[in-house]
Amino acid sequence: MADTQLTKKYFASDAEVKWCPGCGDFAIMNAVRSGMVAAGKPRDEVAIVSGIGCSSRFPYYMETYGFHTIHGRAAAVASGLKVANTDLDVWVISGDGDSTAIGGNHFIHAIRRNLDLNYVMINNKIYGLTKGQYSPTSEVGQYSKTSPYGVLDYPMDPLKVAVSLGGTFVARGIDKNMKLNEEVCVRGALHKGFSMMEIYANCVIYNEGAHDKLTNKEEGANFHIILRDGEKMIFGVNSQYCLVQDGFGVKAVKVENANQADILVHDEKDAEMAAILSGMRPDNGLPIALGVIYADDRKKTYDDMVYEQIDAVKQKRGRTMDQIMQEGHTWTV
Amino acid sequence: MAENAKLTSAEQIVVKFTGDSGDGMQLIGNQLTALAALDGNDVNSLPDYPSEIRAPAGTIAGVSGFQMCLGDHKIYTAGDAPDVLVGFNPAAVKHSAKFVKAGGMIITNSDSFTEKALEKIGYSGNPLEDGTLSGYDVKAIPMTTLVREALAEMEMPIAAKDRCKNFFTMGVLCWLFNKNKQLVLDFIQQKFGPKATKPLLKVAQANTLAFKAGLNYGETTIMFQERYDLGAAQIEKGLYRNITGNDAAALAIAAAGEKAGLQPFIGSYPITPATDLLHYASEFKDVDLVTMQMEDEIAGICTAVGASCAGNLAFTTTSGPGLALKTEAAGLALMLEVPLVIVNVQRGGPSTGLPTKTEQSDLLQSMYGRNGDSYMPIIAANNPADCFDATFQAAKIALKYRTPVIVLTDGYIGQGSCPWKVPKMDELEDLKPYVNFWIPEAHKGEEYVSYKRDPETLARDWAIPGTKGCQHRIGSLEKDETGAVSHDPLVHQQMTEFRKAKVDNLAQVLPEVEVNGKKSNKILVISWGGTFGAVKGAVDRLIADGKPVSGINLRWVWPFPPNLGEIISRFDKVLVPELNMGQLSLMLRAKFLVDVQSLSKVQGDPFREFEVIDKVNEMLGE
Ligand SMILES: Cc1ncc(C[n+]2csc(CCOP(=O)(O)OP(=O)(O)O)c2C)c(N)n1
Ligand code: SF4
Ligand SMILES: [Mg+2]
Repeated sequence: MADTQLTKKYFASDAEVKWCPGCGDFAIMNAVRSGMVAAGKPRDEVAIVSGIGCSSRFPYYMETYGFHTIHGRAAAVASGLKVANTDLDVWVISGDGDSTAIGGNHFIHAIRRNLDLNYVMINNKIYGLTKGQYSPTSEVGQYSKTSPYGVLDYPMDPLKVAVSLGGTFVARGIDKNMKLNEEVCVRGALHKGFSMMEIYANCVIYNEGAHDKLTNKEEGANFHIILRDGEKMIFGVNSQYCLVQDGFGVKAVKVENANQADILVHDEKDAEMAAILSGMRPDNGLPIALGVIYADDRKKTYDDMVYEQIDAVKQKRGRTMDQIMQEGHTWTV
Repeated sequence: MAENAKLTSAEQIVVKFTGDSGDGMQLIGNQLTALAALDGNDVNSLPDYPSEIRAPAGTIAGVSGFQMCLGDHKIYTAGDAPDVLVGFNPAAVKHSAKFVKAGGMIITNSDSFTEKALEKIGYSGNPLEDGTLSGYDVKAIPMTTLVREALAEMEMPIAAKDRCKNFFTMGVLCWLFNKNKQLVLDFIQQKFGPKATKPLLKVAQANTLAFKAGLNYGETTIMFQERYDLGAAQIEKGLYRNITGNDAAALAIAAAGEKAGLQPFIGSYPITPATDLLHYASEFKDVDLVTMQMEDEIAGICTAVGASCAGNLAFTTTSGPGLALKTEAAGLALMLEVPLVIVNVQRGGPSTGLPTKTEQSDLLQSMYGRNGDSYMPIIAANNPADCFDATFQAAKIALKYRTPVIVLTDGYIGQGSCPWKVPKMDELEDLKPYVNFWIPEAHKGEEYVSYKRDPETLARDWAIPGTKGCQHRIGSLEKDETGAVSHDPLVHQQMTEFRKAKVDNLAQVLPEVEVNGKKSNKILVISWGGTFGAVKGAVDRLIADGKPVSGINLRWVWPFPPNLGEIISRFDKVLVPELNMGQLSLMLRAKFLVDVQSLSKVQGDPFREFEVIDKVNEMLGE
């Protein structure tokens, strides 16, 4: 479809969007559309698969093929869809509950297989659709309808999981930073392999302000760092902090107290550093990492390997169906 | 001496092999099956695995078995009580002697009856000598000694020599059943072949020697007074192959994909007794069959749904507990109205139940085991070879009606084997007409509407991703004709009715059931799936005895065939033998308001003909 201009609008459906006004999901949809524009496939070669949740309503708002499936299973459905037709640009949209609770098993195995999927996990640290229960990414002590006295579970960090499973693209965005989200989605869309994109979103109804610590104007920048490949890891409202090596880990120190040469430089292909960066949290005295934490597309994708193997077996055995049926110990009556 | 052994003609012989799991019971069973089939007999067989693969050798728990029936006529089951038991060690004899016909033959390896072996199974004396087995015709053959003697010249480890006792036994049986020995000799050559490596050629040579020793043993000892002679069965001409139900289903999946012009796809997770299907299918990469072994059954079916959405011909394969996990996603396929075939090889339940044993207790799960009103067609395979046709038919219906279809087989037919007339690909029905994707070129001037239905089949118009200009959204929520989410009560009413009617409509194109026997009679025995063989055999015998009994078999268990109610109404009594607590009986009672009697058996073992015969006689007051 060279004659059609791929624009964000081209990917927008005319269905009425039913998210609450102010919901963080709007901003994310905008970024995903940018990703699709960058991927360059016409909309009838794009498929979006989602689970169940507020965020999983996503496909209805997109003028592409869309499959709104069942709770937690989007990754598995998308895996079959992608393997069945590798020409499609396949996106998965899933909530934090959808991905890490009921769908945790499919989520981790899809990463492990390195299927060429663009996986957007919208993390509002709450179950929105079912009206406000805590999720596996909720913070200890968080209040919700099912934790009126505070959450007791320790949270899971989906990106740390992704890195540990050999995820080939691991990035994080946040609803309020539209430009960053676009960057993340564009990079994710162009990455060949499983693109794990976690995007923090604000659920204005059930978890309002969950990410305020990172987004507030006065000191939000002190609690997150935006990573850029090849650039020094410096952050803070006045760029006053930096990350330096600390034994096998890292620590945040004032730039003025650091040796310029000791300030760490971000390398997207450094898997060991990615394991550290993906797990940084303010309660450990470290900033949340935003942007592309890890990206390396040298690993083959599962979907490519499926067909390479088919070709190899064709070369090696090359049987016809009739031949296969007539194999084994046969006799003629 | 050989001349002394009388040749008695027989109509059928039931043979059972038992031994340690590691002793290769399936192997020798399959060899005899092939030999008998090559020699013109009809054959049906049933392996019997222990549930613990690594149960200690020489214990009752470790006994594995293989039963088969060979005959000069159509054979429908692996037979009732064995005429001949070949028990390779004391545990095997102890385990299986009780199944043998009164006066039947027990062949065993007397070398294995050591004090230690006997102790392991709690014998203080030796059953070969102390009269324990006096009701049987026991042939205690020092197999180990004889085989080692026969292979004295061969340079190979003792353990390898001892493995040749299976072929020694084949020699004895070949003589006992008056089979053509050349067929076995050819088989050994064929199997280890001219392309074989040196060590393999040695094995072939050793097996040949052991086999000849077995033949000679039969001929030259006075141990056997009688030999059996089976005539050839009337068998349709063609190329045959012995096949298990699981292998047949695997072939059908690949064949259906090719006939539909679609890439076949299996999303699955290993589970006994369905695993062999996935094993075999995984080899078919050269005919484009994609198999994905997923992280669990839910992912298995979900990938299949995804593949179907993209236009592959998708299957998922499992057994009871796996089917339970698949329920929600099966409902998704039903809601999306995409084709999907679920092959369920039933095993004993509930829960983990009896993994290696057969049962038919997933019928109600298949029927009703999903949330909401969610009907799906269910087809049941009658025997191992029939798994091919049942799976192929299921694929056709799934495509034609855009619906999930469940294929029910069970451990007995999935793992059992029988001769299969190998079809040619170009003889199989072309499934392309049922694919019928919606493409704009074929609908000039029309807009694509995702849930617009074919007036006859009610199948929805189906455009797959990648189809130009047809991008649309569908999902698991209730929707209107355009695919848009709808909570309108009347829309839900109408869509639920459509989904049900689609399955009901299938009944109109199903073949009518044929009655075996008189069309109106005192007793009607209804079989489905794996009970087909025992019921057919039993009804044939009852009819031959002049009893007022007829039989029918249900291939499609849902929907019921169109003339079923009418047939049932012409009988005084209806009997349904089932390997469950009366699940089809319940469905028939609900549908036709008849007082169906259930003959229920849940012992991990298929019906024997006599069990059905006894029940019918009881109902006849005899
Ligand atoms: C099998 C099943 N269990 C439970 C639910 C109910 N349910 C729907 S969405 C949801 C949680 C959604 O949370 P999340 O994935 O974080 O998405 P969000 O609404 O926050 O975007 C739950 C529990 C369901 N639909 N299906
Ligand atoms: S409930 Fe929360 S997550 Fe759901 S639409 Fe409203 S704001 Fe967004
Ligand atoms: Mg959420």
